[in-house]
Amino acid sequence: MRNRTKTQEYLTAFVMLLPYILSFCVFFAYPLVKAFVISFQNFSFLGDAPPKFVGLANYKEALTNKMFLDSILNTLYYSVLVVPTQLIIALILAVIVNDKVKFKEFFRTTYYLPTVTSPVAVSIIFLFLYKTDGLVNQILRHIGITPRNWFNEPSFVMPAIVSVAVWGSVGFYMVTFLSGLSTIPDQLYEAAEVEGAGELTKLLKITVPLLKPMIFFNTVVSFISTLQMFDLSYIIGGSDGGPMGKAMTMVVMIYRTAFKEFNMGVASAMAFVVFGIIFALTLIQRKFFGEEMSY
Amino acid sequence: MITLVPYLIAVITSLKPVEDVTKFSVDFGKLSFSSYKYITTEFPFMRWLFNSFVVAVAVTAGNLLFNSMAAYALARLNFPFKKVVFYIIIGTMMIPGQVLLIPIYLILNKLGWIDSYKGLIIPWLVSAFYIFFMRQYFLTIPKDLEEAALIDGLSRFGIFFKIFLPLSLPALATQAIFIFVGNWNSFMWPSIIASSEELYTLPVGLNSFYGQYYQFWNQVLAGAILLSLPTIIVFVAFQKYFVRGIVTTGLKE
Repeated sequence: MRNRTKTQEYLTAFVMLLPYILSFCVFFAYPLVKAFVISFQNFSFLGDAPPKFVGLANYKEALTNKMFLDSILNTLYYSVLVVPTQLIIALILAVIVNDKVKFKEFFRTTYYLPTVTSPVAVSIIFLFLYKTDGLVNQILRHIGITPRNWFNEPSFVMPAIVSVAVWGSVGFYMVTFLSGLSTIPDQLYEAAEVEGAGELTKLLKITVPLLKPMIFFNTVVSFISTLQMFDLSYIIGGSDGGPMGKAMTMVVMIYRTAFKEFNMGVASAMAFVVFGIIFALTLIQRKFFGEEMSY
Repeated sequence: MITLVPYLIAVITSLKPVEDVTKFSVDFGKLSFSSYKYITTEFPFMRWLFNSFVVAVAVTAGNLLFNSMAAYALARLNFPFKKVVFYIIIGTMMIPGQVLLIPIYLILNKLGWIDSYKGLIIPWLVSAFYIFFMRQYFLTIPKDLEEAALIDGLSRFGIFFKIFLPLSLPALATQAIFIFVGNWNSFMWPSIIASSEELYTLPVGLNSFYGQYYQFWNQVLAGAILLSLPTIIVFVAFQKYFVRGIVTTGLKE
């Protein structure tokens, strides 16, 4: 009797896990192995020639491809600009909104809207705003700044994309910080006020230290997501990576190599290089933040 | 305010006639919904909207059921290699999706699912992250409840459908809106899979429309508003679940 119920429980568990197991095998395990194999093969999607083992040739080709190397630098440049900017703005907004208890809901909703808006719609709205004769330039002209075609100039395209990305995701981090702020007891701030501490002192001496684990968590999440940026760069810069390829990111490069040039072998090698970069940077980050990892 | 301005400008511009789109001023007498009417009747925008709905709803429904089933097994049933399965699920979250993109495309190509709803939907029906999320939630449901139901003769499936799912409505709602919004906004995958215009989802369709009609900003922006509106409505209606979702999971969709 006991054995029967046990078998029955195993069977139930198996049935309940079946959709996951199938999906895991077909859309994870097998593809992972296959991707690894393809990265060592001369695998072109076009043509009927069977794939041939080529050793490290694809990796060599990827790592000597100037466009790919540039895309790595562009992506890192993007990350280095986006992560601190968006986290600092998000934290400051959270502190301000948290004080204005009355309008908390309103601000939270407003700042969060871009986060649920499709990156395609966001990109298109900003393509319109940043046009040479667009609204941003019309305003800038009033303060005496020469109008530019922000998305079409090599040195401005990435910072311009960064501004869009920050606008698009600052709300997400603001909401996480807001939830963190609600765990800090008011007495701490009251005590600091009695001692005559100003807003900045309170921010740096109370808020930031107490939110440290959350700041760490958000840094990691933000960093990993910036390293995988695709949508904004692809819609604004196209598969050529915008002016002089300055908007090309690592993932756009993989996409281009695989689905525009149908060079699946090299694209797979690129994907593993990107995986390696993300993995290495996450490890470095972990070391850098040290004990905060316990969070 | 800076947050809302781009939306306001997009809405106003979408209502303007094309010769006025770059003008700073607004001539209220000339505003109309004609560009909305134009893109939805002269271009397959309604078809793309429909595709987006079908795909997002199917993916959401699949995730709600399959993730919860797996989560229930992990939270409440005993079976061999349970720990191993759990760690595999956690482990899969650490592999960036781009690595899998090409082989998944090749598999779907073999199956003949490229340029089909199947190709858009089936690879996304389960999510390791939300299995983990639901498992955490199920662990908080008291064991006594389940034991009582077992004694009353309810099967495990009965317990799952009649007790666990109804008790998890808040968690299910959180999961549903994140997955719906994430899938609605998804761009890279449908742009790879949907090659014929009738199968485009709205983001893919709008991007291709923009590529050809970028001078007609009133129409392009009308399309952008059409694409944004459903997720904004979902967000405003279910705000509390969003906030709870972020707070409890710290997740970015």
